[in-house]
Order: sequence, then C-alpha cells, then structure tokens
Amino acid sequence: MSAQRERRRKAEKIRTLLETEGDAIQENVTHMNQARYDVLEGFDEYEDLRTEARRIKEEAIENLPELVERLRESVEANGGHLYLADDAADANRYITELAEDEEAETLVKSKSMTTEELEVNEALEEAGVDVWETDLGEFVVQIADEGPSHIVGPSLHRSREDVAELFNEVFDPEEPFETAEELTQFARDYLGERIREADIGMTGANFVLADSGTIALITNEGNARKSAVTPDTHVAVAGIEKIIPDAERLQPFVELISKTATGQDISQYVSMLTPPVDSPTIDFENPEEPLGSGDGEREFHLVLVDNGRTEMREDEHLKETLYCIRCGACANSCGNFQHVGGHAFGGETYTGGIATGWEAGVHGLDAAGEFNDLCTGCSRCVNACPVKIDIPWINTVVRDRLNGESAPSEFEFLVEGLTPDAEGTVSLQKRLFGNFDTLAKIGSATAPLSNWTTRLGPVRSLMDRFLGVAPDRDLPEFERTTLVDWFDAREPTAPNADADRKVVLYPDAYTNYVLVERGKAAVRTLEALGAHVELAAPIESGRAPLSQGMIATAEQHAERVADDLAPYLDAGFDTVVIEPSDLAMMRREYGKLLDAGTHERLSENSYDVMEYVYGLIENGADPGVLAEPDAPLAYHSHCQQRTLGVEAYTEAVLTDLGFDFVTSDVECCGMAGSFGYKSEYYELSMDVGGDLKEQFADEGDRKLVASGTSCTEHMTDLFARDVTHPIETVAPDR
Amino acid sequence: MAGTAVSTFEASLDELNVGLTRTESEGFADALSAVVEEPAVGVPLEGYEGISLDDTAVETPPTPGLLERAETGVTPVGKAIAEYGSVVVDSDAAGTEPVSLYCPTHVAVLRESDVLADVTDATGYLDDRFAAGGSSVIATGVSSTGDMGALVEGVHGPKHVHVILLTDQ
Repeated sequence: MSAQRERRRKAEKIRTLLETEGDAIQENVTHMNQARYDVLEGFDEYEDLRTEARRIKEEAIENLPELVERLRESVEANGGHLYLADDAADANRYITELAEDEEAETLVKSKSMTTEELEVNEALEEAGVDVWETDLGEFVVQIADEGPSHIVGPSLHRSREDVAELFNEVFDPEEPFETAEELTQFARDYLGERIREADIGMTGANFVLADSGTIALITNEGNARKSAVTPDTHVAVAGIEKIIPDAERLQPFVELISKTATGQDISQYVSMLTPPVDSPTIDFENPEEPLGSGDGEREFHLVLVDNGRTEMREDEHLKETLYCIRCGACANSCGNFQHVGGHAFGGETYTGGIATGWEAGVHGLDAAGEFNDLCTGCSRCVNACPVKIDIPWINTVVRDRLNGESAPSEFEFLVEGLTPDAEGTVSLQKRLFGNFDTLAKIGSATAPLSNWTTRLGPVRSLMDRFLGVAPDRDLPEFERTTLVDWFDAREPTAPNADADRKVVLYPDAYTNYVLVERGKAAVRTLEALGAHVELAAPIESGRAPLSQGMIATAEQHAERVADDLAPYLDAGFDTVVIEPSDLAMMRREYGKLLDAGTHERLSENSYDVMEYVYGLIENGADPGVLAEPDAPLAYHSHCQQRTLGVEAYTEAVLTDLGFDFVTSDVECCGMAGSFGYKSEYYELSMDVGGDLKEQFADEGDRKLVASGTSCTEHMTDLFARDVTHPIETVAPDR
Repeated sequence: MAGTAVSTFEASLDELNVGLTRTESEGFADALSAVVEEPAVGVPLEGYEGISLDDTAVETPPTPGLLERAETGVTPVGKAIAEYGSVVVDSDAAGTEPVSLYCPTHVAVLRESDVLADVTDATGYLDDRFAAGGSSVIATGVSSTGDMGALVEGVHGPKHVHVILLTDQ
C-alpha cells in the first residue's frame, strides 16, 4: 500500500470511530479522568506512595525468578497447582486440558486483560466449553463480539442506549430494556444463573503474593468473588509481573489503584484469596443441604503467563512496562484517547499509552505499529501513572524501532539532506517533521517566497501526497529576519553586562525562525528586569526528531546543545527557555539522551521564561517596568509545561501584574507538535482541539495567550484569531 | 486512638450510605431484628461473647437454597478500616464469604475493638491470615457498576450493607 493510501486508511478509521464511539468514549473517559484529579486533590500521601509502589515493582521485577519459585512453593503448600506457561498457546493448552479433565461444560470468568491477551475464550469454545464473562462491561463486549476499548472499562465506547439496543436485539425480552437499572438487573440475574451452574471459575489477578500464594482481585461488582468461590474449581491467570512478596508490599497498591483508575478512594472489593479457599463448596443441585456437605472439593490452579515478559524484563526500555498495574490512568489523561478511544488507540489486546509497551512486548513490534503514532509525547500521563512509568519514552523507543523496520521510499530524494540518516530508514513524513530546524532555516532564508509557495494549492496537494502534510492546515510562516539576526544587529549589544543575573536565552527553532516576536519580547523583559542576556546558538533541542522516534538524531542535537551551553553554565549563566517542549527536553528527555551529570546540570539550570520572570520579581526586580494590563486574557498553558509543574509561574506573574485572565484545563490542545500537521491525524487533532474551543467559546473579548508553539498555531486555526505568548503580553514596549 | 478510628469509621460509613447501629451486646438481638429483612440467613457468631443468632429470625447454617432466597445475610467481620469505611470479610468454613455476597442486604457484625485506622494497620493481620492459608475481602460499601451507562448499585454483590457495631467488645 502506498504511504498516502495507508494514511487515508488510518484517517478513515479514525473518522469512523470519532463518529460512532467518540461521544461515549469522551464522556466516560473524561469523567474518570476528572474523578482521578478530584480524589487525588485531598490525598497527601500520593507522591510518597507512588515512590514506594515504584520501588516495590522495581525490586519485584529484579527478583522475579526467585519470586516465582517462592510462589510455587506457597501455592503447592496450600494444595494448589502452579503452571508457568511460556506463551499463549502453552497457557491455553493447560487450561483446555484442565477443562477436559474436569469434564467442564461451562466456565465463568471475571475481567482479566491477561486472558484477553491469551484469547483463552476462543480456545475454550473450540474445546467445547461455554464461556461467560461476568463483569458487566466484558459481558457487553462479549455479546457484541468486540474487543475491549479500555483496560478498565471494556465497554466504555457504548452508551446506555447502545447497550439497550444490543441487549434487546440479542435477548429479545418481553418488555424492551431501557434504563441502566433494567439492564443491570437482567445481566445480574442472567449471569447469576451462569455462575451457579458453572464447572470452573476463572479470574485474573491484580497482584499475587509470593509468600502466601494469595491473589488480590480488585472489583466493584463482586463478580470476581462470586466466580472464584462458587464453582469448586478456580483457575487464576496472571502475568508473571504481577508477583510481589506480601501484604505489606500490597498496601500502597491498594491505596493507589482505585484512585488512579476510576477516581474512587478504594474499590468496593479488594479480594485477597489464598486458594483453595476455606469457604465451603456450594452445591446448588442440593439446595437444602448445608454448604460444604456435598462431596465436592475445592481445587485451584494458578496459570502464570510469560508470553514475552521475560524478554521484556531483559529489554532496557520495555522493562518498565512490567511495572504497570493496568489502572488506565494513562488512557484517561490522554487527549487523543479521550476522543478516539481504544479501538483506535490500542493494539491486539491493550489500549492507551502503555499499550505500546505491552503490545510490542507480548505480541511483537508490529502490533504496536498501527497506533503508536497516537501518542504525541504530550506527557500528561507521566504524572498520572501510579508507578511512574515514563510512558512517552516507551512510545518513542518503539517508534524508533518501527522506523528501523520501514522500507525505504522511492521518493527519498524529496527529503534528501533532511536526515543525518542515523536511524536508517525513516518515513518521508517523519523525516520531514523530524528535521524542522533544517526546513525552518531554508524557509527563513527564502522567505517570503517559501511562504507564498507553501500556500499554493498544487504544492499542498503534493505535500499531502508525498509527505503526508495535511492540506487544510495552515503552515508556519517563516520570518526573513531571525531572532539571532535581530539580536546580533541591535545596539547597544550588552546592556546590564555587569548584572548579577546572567541569562543565556535559548532560541528554539520556532522562536528563531517563526515566532520571532516572542523572542524579542523575552529579551526586552529580561533586560528590563535587570538581567544580562545573551543568545545561545540556534540549535534545535532534539524535540522534533525525538517526536518522530529518531532517537539517534535527537541525541546528536542534545549533545550539540549541551556543548553550546556548557561554557555559559561554567560562567554562571542561567538558561532560559521560551518553548515549553524544549524546556521539557532539558529537564526530562535529556536524561535519556545525555550522561547523567550533563543532564542534571542542564536540568537544574534551565527555566521557563515566565518562571524566570517570576524569580527575578521575587528577588527584588521592579515589576513596574513591565507592561500594564491592556486587555483581559484567555490563557492556555502547555501540556509538557504542566507536567513539569511550571505553568503556575505564568499565572502568578499575570496575577501579580493585575491581569484579568481565565485558564483552560484541557489535557492537550490537540496539535502536539507535528501531530496535527499530519494528513492522517488532522481531523483527530481538530476534534481534540474542539474541547479547548468550547472552553474559550464565551471568551471572545479576551486576548488569546498560549505558551507553546504548536498550541499557538492550533489556536490560531481554531479561533481564527491572533495568539501570543504570555511574555509578549508582559514585555515592556520597545 | 481507638476512639478516633471509630469516629472516622462512622463518618466514612455515613459517606458511603452504609447503615450503622451501635449497640451493647445485650441489645444485639433487638438491633438485629430492626435491620433484618426475612428470609434471612447467617453464619453463627462464634467467638463473640454473649450474642448469638439463635432465637432470631436468621436461619443457620447457610444452604445454597438460602443463599438464593434470603433477603439478608448476617456475618461476623474480622476487622474494619476506618479511613475507607471498609469491613474485612474473612473467609471461613461456615460460609461467611458467600453469605456476605449473595444476599441483597449484608449485615456485618463488628466489635468496636476491631476497628483499625487504615490499610497499613491491617497488613499485619492480613499477613498472618494469609500465612495460615486464610482469605479476606476488604469490602467497602455496596456492589456497583457503571457498565450499563449509569451508576447502578447492587450487581453481583449486595445492594445494601448495614454494620452492627458492638460497643462493649
């Protein structure tokens, strides 16, 4: 398939899902996301518990082989069986043979993503066993013959009306179902019967305790309890990564998982079963005999699934995925996921940001390829993850590996000179966006011609066809005079040369070639507040290639930036950054690209421009030299800026200066760097942007202000109005 | 400390809409009959002093038929966790787990001295139980689901929970 046809197929799939599932997904997912924020607001222990949970998982994965053996001893000492399955086929064989041995006709299940990974239902059905999902959400997708659209809420893509229509069609009740109560009542009774007659109960496990052979199951409905305790035989299926030592180590997870998953303080049932359990057997065929009086005996099998996990454990980058407790917070906090859901943002089994790690690990790299680009690296999931997994990084690494597998295009010559080819073959589209700095340099040198050319219809349709640049998206307009040109030409060249505060301002590619005014405003503001300002060399930070999964190129950029800044840092300069995504590079991603010492130094000495303004004022600079408020503002901060927690400084400075402003609280504007420029994702990015548009719908008389470049470009398209950086709003007049 | 935990527990139950009756052992039978809807099934309250399900409307021992028929299931609970308003349902051979789960109403009988402040305080108790092969469920409020498009209470587990707190034990 040609690259353009492939992009059109993707765009079509996304368009269909936006139309059919988008509304229900958005309502349910944003609800859970808000509930998470609400419950965590009053939960002071959150950060400490995350640290603790992370440490426990790191240790457990480190000691995994030993934990498996301890668990085996515990389970066997309890009278159960432990089977360590190499892969899905091995696990399914064990389970179907067990069902045959038990002469099982029916099996009831509680929700388990690991059994979805195995496709054990299909294997059991083939072996002649009727399988029933007892979690209501799983029951819905089972009836609809669909895959789950969310790790926690498999049927979140269906509204009540959808479910009612489905149930009415399948079960043909005398009175059609209408309300959630009626549907729930029916499902409860229907599944209750299935549970009572089942020969085997199958559950997953959220956690498994090695010291005692206890499995922890976290549910709201009570179906896992019922499925585990009603049939005599209980089979639990769990990935090997679920093992932790004991109840003490379980505690932080009990406190965290429901809060980050659904925004509940704690789920209804945290079942900690040490099977075979003490509860008496229940023989519904002899209803008036006391429980446990039949000749049935409890039997327990724990099927531990490897299926690629041992290899993940040995993979420096995918290893972190094994810390995942599958709470779905990464999906809920993701702008793209909120709009399109797991049927687009997901692979064969798993959904959301962390799915890339799981799919690449258990199903192979290709399984992650279809949806990996939907992670824009906005990083809103980073603080949401209860075990501190760097989910954007996992997505970047997988993207890098996928790049390496793509076949070279016959149109390579179109982007010749754009990549130092460190990554080998990379799609033309990714090479184009990954080399924004080179483009910008040429675009600026040939402006305004370059700007006129890219406005031409035929040029845009060629760009769409060969490079995957969305034809409807306005492209950046390059300035002939760059920030560096302006800075070098101005007089006097070094005001405040003997000032205490010395700043090296980082001219990111956008500020240098496109949004030059915000660069000038930054220089004026910092100098007015008494700092001595110099400009660093205009070297792209590596953000652009990194966002395309071109890690080796990003590394080269990072090293050049570090080399350029080193003498300034030696001389006591502070680095000030205008573009939040580049600040995030220095603070976060450089940790992966540079040696620890270099990263730490850059990270500790780099500041968001408004953060720095705040600091100068706090340290005695006179805010009276800055501009007075001339209009009320509507301010949209930047996703990565919020992850770093520095957006508060912009708000503080605006407040100090007496501005009347409102702020947005969407997770991401939807543009996310190059994402919204790409032909196949243009519509999704506009759909995500719809949230921001709605939030500022009644703010027509406010000046629009945004911290990030891509937010600025996106908002300019969304509102058809000018958008400026906060620094331009506070900068003193020329 | 115990006093603080108990008042926190009561406040948490209130937030969860879980009913609470405080009673001394002597008033247990009256307290029970006020909250039990018949037919009712129960697990004998062994280990508690001076109270019993004998001579109450609650039938023992549990049978599969009673699990299906009964409106109310009465069980002892091992501990409570004040912070979340949870009761710790300990599995046993008498059938506490299914009786607490199958009936539309679960009445949990709890000693005031068993109220713990938080999950951390319960880990020692749980580890001891697990080491001995025991199982427990931290149950908080009533069974619920949002999977049918709105929050509905009473799914596979109870729709109502009521705690009888024995203030003198």
